[in-house]
Amino acid sequence: MKNINEEEGANHQKTGESFIANLKYVLVGVFFGIVFVKAEIISWFRIQEMFRLTSFHMYGVIGTAVVVATLSTLLMKKFKVKTLQGEEVIYSVRPLDKGNVIGGLLFGLGWAMTGACPGPLYGLVGSGFPVFLAAIASAIAGTYAYGLLRDKLPH
Amino acid sequence: MIDMLRHPWHWSIAGILIGLTVPILYVIGNKPFGISSSFRHVCAACIPSGAAYFSYNWRHEIWNLFFIAGIIIGGYIGATALKNPEPIKIEASTQQQLQNSGVTDFGQLVPTDIFSWQGLMTERGFILIVVGGFLVGFGTRYAGGCTSGHSITGLSNLQLSSLVATICFMAGGFLMTWLILPIILKL
Repeated sequence: MKNINEEEGANHQKTGESFIANLKYVLVGVFFGIVFVKAEIISWFRIQEMFRLTSFHMYGVIGTAVVVATLSTLLMKKFKVKTLQGEEVIYSVRPLDKGNVIGGLLFGLGWAMTGACPGPLYGLVGSGFPVFLAAIASAIAGTYAYGLLRDKLPH
Repeated sequence: MIDMLRHPWHWSIAGILIGLTVPILYVIGNKPFGISSSFRHVCAACIPSGAAYFSYNWRHEIWNLFFIAGIIIGGYIGATALKNPEPIKIEASTQQQLQNSGVTDFGQLVPTDIFSWQGLMTERGFILIVVGGFLVGFGTRYAGGCTSGHSITGLSNLQLSSLVATICFMAGGFLMTWLILPIILKL
């Protein structure tokens, strides 16, 4: 079966990975989940403050993350940093389309409702709010609906 | 040290750590950082469908499911071993506005009068959790990514599509917060 398309956030590694090799992504996720809870990024209230412009916190988090990620990516490109497996890193570019606008607006509406983007939805389940399993199930249903309707939607 | 870790972390620390996730994932496995694709992989793996959108080798993307398993575990650690001993601090005017809209619980990360199994059975809870979740899943796939895939990874790769998507994420959020949410909260 074919692999997922280039521009859709695909795994670009050519070498296959065993179950054990995949455990390193669990570790990165654990680290990430702890940051989510401790910086209260998963809090519905922090997202409300962001959209009500009453706190700088979330702007600070996302802004700093973008600056750090951009500088790292520029440096990696400049020094042609390879992966641990010695492969060339692939920086896939997602083309601009109408989906960025329409889908973006729809996601924005949902973000302010659940108070969580996809990462925090998982983080909330772990931190003792299992009702967010219902939100995740619903997000999977939304993704499925998109997959079925995709050809009929403007892109 | 552990005491310091228990208190809420400053935005700059969180921002740096989240930003570093991007190069870390590139280097350890040639992976672009993103989370919303996980919903698609679950569809591809679990739901038999003729839709071309879900017919791909999801096993090749399995790292993403390991990653979210880690986020759930990390969330657990953050809320237990590293639990903040104090109630969350919410900005006063936001709390006042929400109180006026009928939100009652301000002690935890989320208002549990809405975001709990009992809350799910109420009209507003059902709309915020189920309809909100649906929009998150539908919207992120339609937009081609979420806050991580577009607003962090995409912007760091200087992509125009990600800038447009991020502006629209924010626009949708403002629209909901200011115009629609007050109505839903009153239900």
